[in-house]
Amino acid sequence: MAQVPVDPIRIIEGFGPHLSAMTGTRLSTSVEPDRLVKTHCCFCGQQCGIQLKVRGNEVIGFEPWEEFPFNHGMLCPKGVKRYLQGAHPDRLTHALRRDPSSPSGFSRLPYGDAIARVAGEIARLQQAHGAGAIAVLSGASLTTEKTYLLGKFARVCLKTPFIDYNGRLCMVSAGAANKKAFGIDRATSPWSDMIGTNVIWVAGSNVAECSPITTNYIWQAREQGAKVIVQDPRITPIARTCDLYLPVKPGRDAALFAGVLQIMIERDWLDHEFIRDCTVGFEQVAEYCREWTLSRTAEVTGVPQRAIMQAAEWWGTAKTSFLLHARGIEHHSNGVQNSLGTINLVLASGRIGKPNSGYGTIVGQANGQGGREHGQKCDQLPGWRDISNPEHRRHIAGVWGIDEKELPGPGVDAYELFRKIDRGEIKGLISICFNPKVSLPDNNFVTRCLEKLEFFAAIDFFLNDTAWHADVVLPGSLHEEDEGTVTQVEGRIIKINKAVDCPGEARQDWRIIQDIAQALGRPHGFAFTEPQEIFEELRVASKGGVADYSGVTYEKVTQQLGVFWPCYSEDPKTGKPISDHQGTPRLFERGSYNPVAKGTGPFYFPDGRARFNVADYRPPVDDGSEEYPIYLTTGRVVSQFLSGTQTRRIGPLVRQYAEPRIEMHPRLAEKLGIADGDWATAETRRGTITLRAQVVTTIRPDTIFIPYHWAGRKSANQLTVAAQDPISKIPQYKVCGCRVRKADAAPDYAAILEPQQ
Amino acid sequence: MPKPDDLHFFIDPNRCIGCQSCLHACTECDTHRGESMIHLEYVNRAESVQTVPVVCMHCEQPTCAEVCPADAIKRTSDGVVQSARKPRCIACGNCVVACPFGVPELYEDRKIMMKCDMCYDRSSVGKKPMCATVCPSQALFFGTREEIERLRPQSTPINTFQFGAQTITTQVHMMVPRALATRATYVDVAAAMDEQPRSRAVSLKVIGDPFADVEV
Repeated sequence: MAQVPVDPIRIIEGFGPHLSAMTGTRLSTSVEPDRLVKTHCCFCGQQCGIQLKVRGNEVIGFEPWEEFPFNHGMLCPKGVKRYLQGAHPDRLTHALRRDPSSPSGFSRLPYGDAIARVAGEIARLQQAHGAGAIAVLSGASLTTEKTYLLGKFARVCLKTPFIDYNGRLCMVSAGAANKKAFGIDRATSPWSDMIGTNVIWVAGSNVAECSPITTNYIWQAREQGAKVIVQDPRITPIARTCDLYLPVKPGRDAALFAGVLQIMIERDWLDHEFIRDCTVGFEQVAEYCREWTLSRTAEVTGVPQRAIMQAAEWWGTAKTSFLLHARGIEHHSNGVQNSLGTINLVLASGRIGKPNSGYGTIVGQANGQGGREHGQKCDQLPGWRDISNPEHRRHIAGVWGIDEKELPGPGVDAYELFRKIDRGEIKGLISICFNPKVSLPDNNFVTRCLEKLEFFAAIDFFLNDTAWHADVVLPGSLHEEDEGTVTQVEGRIIKINKAVDCPGEARQDWRIIQDIAQALGRPHGFAFTEPQEIFEELRVASKGGVADYSGVTYEKVTQQLGVFWPCYSEDPKTGKPISDHQGTPRLFERGSYNPVAKGTGPFYFPDGRARFNVADYRPPVDDGSEEYPIYLTTGRVVSQFLSGTQTRRIGPLVRQYAEPRIEMHPRLAEKLGIADGDWATAETRRGTITLRAQVVTTIRPDTIFIPYHWAGRKSANQLTVAAQDPISKIPQYKVCGCRVRKADAAPDYAAILEPQQ
Repeated sequence: MPKPDDLHFFIDPNRCIGCQSCLHACTECDTHRGESMIHLEYVNRAESVQTVPVVCMHCEQPTCAEVCPADAIKRTSDGVVQSARKPRCIACGNCVVACPFGVPELYEDRKIMMKCDMCYDRSSVGKKPMCATVCPSQALFFGTREEIERLRPQSTPINTFQFGAQTITTQVHMMVPRALATRATYVDVAAAMDEQPRSRAVSLKVIGDPFADVEV
């Protein structure tokens, strides 16, 4: 029974989002901290180093950490104000149970009783319907230790194949493309390699708002002479002063890459030697590109011919280059192909695995990289191993002390998991670090699925919108209440340090998972006493995998201020134990040795060669049409993060950009009779939303933009389409057909809810 | 202790991404927690994402101090123009009206003017001001002249400004592109979609610089 227990407004009254403010010791100019704790930001994949000021058991502020090599003290507004998530009025300090008789819909439950209830329901459902009746949803903002433990918990304790994570919404298109092209899934180079490069191509990444620290790298590169190309339907702050702006129509990225490659082929701007010696498959790609003439590319992509030609010339003739992409090209039902299109441009240029030349996706979440490597993904085992590969299964089963036959096979992606709930195949759900009611596309469907669950347990520190449906809520830990590692955007493993203890009966997430295993009577393999023990097991489990962490220790990470994986405990060439491997900052250097290629070449395939893949353009699902003539695209603003569970509770961040708006070009606004600040209604085949219009010239006249951080009637994902990439299963958040009109009246919520609610 | 002579503040609006990290960091400063002493404005959001951060420019002859009837605003020997001194400030707001850069603010509840003092608690011990430390695009930069010359070869620092008949020289420098810009910044997607690009040259008068007219 997972209906929302009472009127949502009552839940909001009880559990927020309310706003935290600088009060008490956090406002005092005379109170000194007891200590500074060196750690990292809890939000995006940049993982900026930061020092938290701690007094007693409270984080009271921050001090820049200028020695950390990635950000040198720089922080975005989320990082500056991150500490205000602690000691928050909405913080869950006790377990809760669904209680329609309580005014807020929930009442307190002693922690032990809550664990017993969760274990009892899991056992009951599994006995009646089989192990696969229970699913786990997890997230890439968790430490690598927790993601590893969750993958193990699902397979070993729950014996269910059904675990997947919110990285499905995030980095899987890039991951799948990297796997197909390189045999390894990581940015190729540290960001410092950008300084001194000739050209930087930013494809579908609002760098200034989504990964602000990367801005300084790009602009420092420009100071040293780099040309910056930005491909985006909006003139974001990184595009405003770029050297070449490509105003691509949403969903047409693969066409653009094919058109540019075609020009490079025609003008012979290719690295023939590299293509011959280090790659396979170029001919098929060249054959495909032949149809992408300049005029056709311009027509399909909406980018003028002169700009396509200029991009091809700069990219084609550069000596060094960097290509960065993000969700703008990945959030598509053609997301893997779009990513492969960028890789084809990189491989054709031969500019990879060298100083000042690199390629990478800019990961969105804190542990967007590490969280996609160690087994919380439905088809994966630790060390970036494949759950369908018998050899990989044997290795991991051995580490986990179980028979390989007991290890479940592949599960399904996070969205398909909801379809299974809808069909009644999955009856119980445990979720952590995931807010699908806000973050999944067509989220009215997700809500209907949550209502069908027979049992739902959520682990969280705030009651997020999805957890409204929970039968039991277990109070988990904030970032600063636990330690562990994450792997940031460059592939650098870093250390998260604990600053304060969990309040009340809240527990560190890994302890909660273990408590459930214990209560289920299946404690084997879940008796870790600290995160470092989990990490030590992960080292063994990852050994010999592509994402080899076996040579990484907490001490090494702290001493070196980060370790780039792979980092070996045995020399991959000789098999001799080594303790001093420093890690691998730059991948694919010529002459480098990796355990897959065994010296045949720099890439992670048996022949050592990278793969060109035909990256074909397909029009988006639910494309613009006569009925829905405008493209809807979604994304972030700089002051909010993901579904807003944390950032919609931090007062100063909410005040910066309080509520979502519909961004549109004055040409479109004029046609629709909408003025800046008017209420406007956007409608797709799935839903409608009424928000205030923001009329700006910085967006294509055929496109509207809505940021997705808000819930309920303000959620952009009421509108988005659940079309998924056939390979990566990433949803197509970045485009669907829509229509817009001036609203008849202000929406009902406007009089009732605060901006962040 | 005074601010070290070799450390200077540089503003490069071309780099500003409007993230407001500087404002938030300013509110974390130990001398005025909860209040930002600096400003960040969109130039015209309807037509551009351009934003401009404004910190106190620390004028050599501070207009705010000149118009202060209570002599409450002092410039220390290191050139930093300090916030109003508490017993003297009568909260008349003359400085707020007179400052050509729009920096000082009157706090009616506390009956005092407060403004950016280049994080004197930090800069006077050789640390960077909070805003310049956190700024993700380094539009706000604090360091030596040698560093800025090495890191920003494309632009040059200026510190003389003309407001009507008033010429102002400041401690804080603005970075201005060295060469004539070859093209305008991108402001309208519709223009970028045209096959024939439109010319949008804007002329900005720069004083005391060999590049008298700089197109931006």
